[in-house]
Amino acid sequence: MWDIIKLLVNTTVLAATLRMATPLLFTAVGGIFSERSGVVNIGLEGMMLIGAFTAVAVSYSTGSAWLGVLGALLAGALMGFIHGIASIKYRANQVVSGTAINIFAGGLTVYLQRLIFNMAGVSPAVPRIADVELPLISKIPLIGPVIGKQNPMVYLALLIVVGAHIVIFKTVWGLRLRSVGEHPGAADSVGINVYKTRYVAVTLSGALAGVGGAYLSVAHLSRFVEGMTAGRGFIALAAMIFGKWNPLGALGACLFFGYADALQMRLQEIGIPTQFVQMLPYILTMVALVGLIGRAVAPKASGEPYVKEG
Amino acid sequence: MAIVLEMKGITKQFPGVLANDRISFDVEEGEIHALVGENGSGKSTLMSILYGLYRADAGEIHVRGQRVQINEPRDAINLKIGMVFQHFMLVEPLTVAENIVLGSEIKRGPFLDYDRAVAEVERLSESYGLKIDPRAKIQDLSVGLQQRVEILKALYRGAEILILDEPTAVLTPQEVDDLMEVMHNLRAKGTSIIFITHKIREVLAISDRVTVLRRGKKVGTKATADTNPQDLAEMMVGREVLLQVEKDEAKPGEDVLEVRDLVVKDSRGAYKVNGVSLTVRRGEILGIAGVEGNGQTELVECLAGLIHPESGQVFLGGKDITDWPPLRIKQAGLGYVPEDRHRRGLVLDYSIADNLILGLHTEAPFRKRFGVQDFKAIRDNAGKLVEAFDIRPPYPHQPARKLSGGNQQKVVVAREFDRNPELLICAQPTRGVDIGAIEFIHQQVVAQRDRGAAVLLVSAELDEILSLSDRIAVMYNGKIVAVLPREEADEHKLGFLMLGGRLEDYKAGGGNNVAG
Amino acid sequence: MLDKAKRIPVAVVLAPVLAVLLALIVGSAFILTVGESPFSAYKVLLQESFGSMRGFATTLQRATPLMFTGLAVAFAFRAGLFNIGAEGQLYIGAFAAAWVGFTFTGLPKIIHLPLAVMAGMIGGAIWAAVPGLLKAKFGIHEVINSIMMNYIAYFLTDWLVTGPFQGSTMIPETKRVAASATLSRLMPPTRLTTALYIAFAAAAVMYFLMWRTKLGYEIRAVGLNPTAAEYGGINVAKITVAAMAISGALAGLAGTEQILGLNNRFIQRFSPDLGFMGVAVALLGKNHPVGIILAAVLFGALQTGAAAMDRLTSVPRELITILQGVIIFFVAAEYLFTRFMKSKGEA
Repeated sequence: MWDIIKLLVNTTVLAATLRMATPLLFTAVGGIFSERSGVVNIGLEGMMLIGAFTAVAVSYSTGSAWLGVLGALLAGALMGFIHGIASIKYRANQVVSGTAINIFAGGLTVYLQRLIFNMAGVSPAVPRIADVELPLISKIPLIGPVIGKQNPMVYLALLIVVGAHIVIFKTVWGLRLRSVGEHPGAADSVGINVYKTRYVAVTLSGALAGVGGAYLSVAHLSRFVEGMTAGRGFIALAAMIFGKWNPLGALGACLFFGYADALQMRLQEIGIPTQFVQMLPYILTMVALVGLIGRAVAPKASGEPYVKEG
Repeated sequence: MAIVLEMKGITKQFPGVLANDRISFDVEEGEIHALVGENGSGKSTLMSILYGLYRADAGEIHVRGQRVQINEPRDAINLKIGMVFQHFMLVEPLTVAENIVLGSEIKRGPFLDYDRAVAEVERLSESYGLKIDPRAKIQDLSVGLQQRVEILKALYRGAEILILDEPTAVLTPQEVDDLMEVMHNLRAKGTSIIFITHKIREVLAISDRVTVLRRGKKVGTKATADTNPQDLAEMMVGREVLLQVEKDEAKPGEDVLEVRDLVVKDSRGAYKVNGVSLTVRRGEILGIAGVEGNGQTELVECLAGLIHPESGQVFLGGKDITDWPPLRIKQAGLGYVPEDRHRRGLVLDYSIADNLILGLHTEAPFRKRFGVQDFKAIRDNAGKLVEAFDIRPPYPHQPARKLSGGNQQKVVVAREFDRNPELLICAQPTRGVDIGAIEFIHQQVVAQRDRGAAVLLVSAELDEILSLSDRIAVMYNGKIVAVLPREEADEHKLGFLMLGGRLEDYKAGGGNNVAG
Repeated sequence: MLDKAKRIPVAVVLAPVLAVLLALIVGSAFILTVGESPFSAYKVLLQESFGSMRGFATTLQRATPLMFTGLAVAFAFRAGLFNIGAEGQLYIGAFAAAWVGFTFTGLPKIIHLPLAVMAGMIGGAIWAAVPGLLKAKFGIHEVINSIMMNYIAYFLTDWLVTGPFQGSTMIPETKRVAASATLSRLMPPTRLTTALYIAFAAAAVMYFLMWRTKLGYEIRAVGLNPTAAEYGGINVAKITVAAMAISGALAGLAGTEQILGLNNRFIQRFSPDLGFMGVAVALLGKNHPVGIILAAVLFGALQTGAAAMDRLTSVPRELITILQGVIIFFVAAEYLFTRFMKSKGEA
């Protein structure tokens, strides 16, 4: 019994948990901004993928992985903005627009991969962001091995979560964002620009998903692999729901899902097929949704185009 | 006193309706000016124009002596005009203070200075006597308190002219008393209030002046002290009975519908029907008079099986149909014209022909073996009804959406009447319907009665109730407060009962006998 | 639907056509970046997919699963439901068909094949009924649950083909299905099979069910105005579950076709987003069976032409995926066209 616990809970697994949770964190926070403003973003997966590719392409051509991340941020933001144009201005069905972005991203990344690197499947290795060791913290027993030596983007993700929490719940813009996603009519009646707020939020959500994708390609790995996001955009979506549209809640969900991810191999050793562990986030999200019935936690106007009267 | 607001010759045309016809209206500083009229009289349109939600086709608005253009709510807010809507503009998961400052926040850098917002709300709430917990979430507040937040929201933005759109419609009697007190306080502080209502009792209780609208036109403005309930009721509904319905004496037979102690809650969990018992007999029309929102909607929807009752029983032709699903009740002999034809009565994107079988589509002749529809039967049915009920234009394949309100209603009426139901429920059967169609529908209702149907008529139009009913029940606050034979009812008496008066207290031709 | 001579509004046809044209223009920009002429690239594409009987047969073969998923999504749309879970339903249906195909060997084809097809439909139907039920019973939006069900289906089938049902090799796929459960080829060497007929039949059945029966009347009423449907005695919850289940059965057929017609075994993650493409096909086809068949053929043609374009020009075949994404995007933003047309009309 003790052996099993040691197998499942140890510093190596916990450190891996953080690494696995990181791309989910960026993307889930992105999803939260978008949905808080009232725009459903199913396209997170595609935005991540485009971010992952852009980071590699930029890192490849500039030699700087950080510039790659910046490129991913901009590319993701552009995709977010496009999703915004469709869903805010042209009142498109937001799920359809998101699906379009996912399909588009799948094609675009391979298309460009073949054009730029002239190879399908996997890109050449590019400069990546190296892990750093935090001077004092890494020496602390137990905690040190978990958080002391990680990729800077892991720390960045944690900062983003805290930052997002402050922005959403403490700032004036955050207050307006929440009002726009809950009751756009009320926000409009007190002079808040519903459309502008939504554009900013969706663009931001794309940017964060792009960075989440960049983590996969230039921090976790150092290359782009076709379809490398492998559903993480949707897990992030699940984490957002599981975390009740709160950054801190999403942090908990991402850590949990990341933990499941980190455990896969070990659970297989004790006879639990990896696929069942991989299913877990999705099953739990469905269970959570049933549990949330009657307690409305999703932004009420989420998914509804806002049409100004008169 | 100084005039702070003047609206002159306001005209607003909507497709098919002249909502405001050269209406002039003014408000003095520190007065409560009641704006009354039946539904569809144009009150809400007029106030929406004032608040910048609609633009008038013609007319002028002057605020504090200046001619102004109000194109959007922002402009109204800048002119210190505030509006409390019937449907609150509140963000439910946010707190009271957050809602009040939203859009005009107290900032500290990019951050919301929440403590100062709370302090400001506390200050406002104290100075106007509007007690509220600034840190409470809206979703945890009662409707009355939510309304208070809306008022504070307007005051926070410096409103000196406050529009209250039917504020009492959603309140309990106790909450109404509280609101009245708040309005007194506001008036004492110099705020001008435009109070929209259709409850005469409230007008008399609180207003300084009253303006009555009817069918988009202004009937008149009077000092409240110079008027009385009868006077106001007549101004509201009109003295002349426009529509005279030819009908013979009723020959009622046995009970068809019997309702026993019915209790119904609405979707929010509020009790809307509090123990209603009534019977409707074969060959008679029972009219239910009442101000809207007194439980008629829930009563009718419950009888049709669309809402489950909390308790009580419903019998149709002697069978206990309580809790039966809608289709089964229909098949047991109910014809039902719902009050909202767009929400309930029609699938607007369906053709006239398809709408004419809604609810009948499960049976012969429209359904053949294996669940296949019989298009010949559907077409024949449509052809027959379009002609018999004079639905125009007479193209059964056209979507119902393309028809005028009157013709849409004729589709519903045709479908429900043609089956010769045992029990016919007509809720607001002539709402939003042109005069010609009103007359036609009224004749059809009487014809159904003469055929032997038991008819339950629910209407907010006293004219309609008085001209069609054989017996009249008055509904107030979820209860039937009186049932009168038609001969013993008149407008004054019904108006008195509809406002919550007791039959024993009624003095025919008496003066101001509602107050108190 | 009473008046057969009823004119189809111009906008119904115009908007999808415009969406495709716009997408082709966007595609031209991509083609130009690789230094090719859009005109000649599109010409190669068309020639390959429509220029020969063989090419056309391949186009139809590629269009067949899209007809099923397009019908699936459209069927749910008509009931006011967004079945974005066709992908997962397709996998479950495919596995069920495969399982019947390789388990019940020794049956005559006339029994075995229909049995396998039925299994595929039932598998898809069950998978789709879950989000339908959760919607009907708890009011949870079907989109999010359908997405979750997609991933559960991926991992479930991943496990099935790497674990209990893995074929003899180390490759993640099942055994081959018995010949008695395979669909016959219509035009060898192309891989077009009798599944095409099943697709046409499914389209006809959908048309009949939706516009000729009581059930269709009820489904459309629920989709257009659920409160009026309730008033009309229609059990909205029941219709919601039924519409999702039928939609899932159609998606299951897409998976079935891939197994019994194309791959003859269940290969892990075989579907190139067929379920999601169904959303595109349904929208482009205006949720009407005839439109769906046309839209599926268009997408099938793009995919067929893609390989030739890849081979004969320097345009990568993924251009087609990009085009498909862009087409969906423009179809989604249809308001763009209606607004455009309105402003023209007002001017």
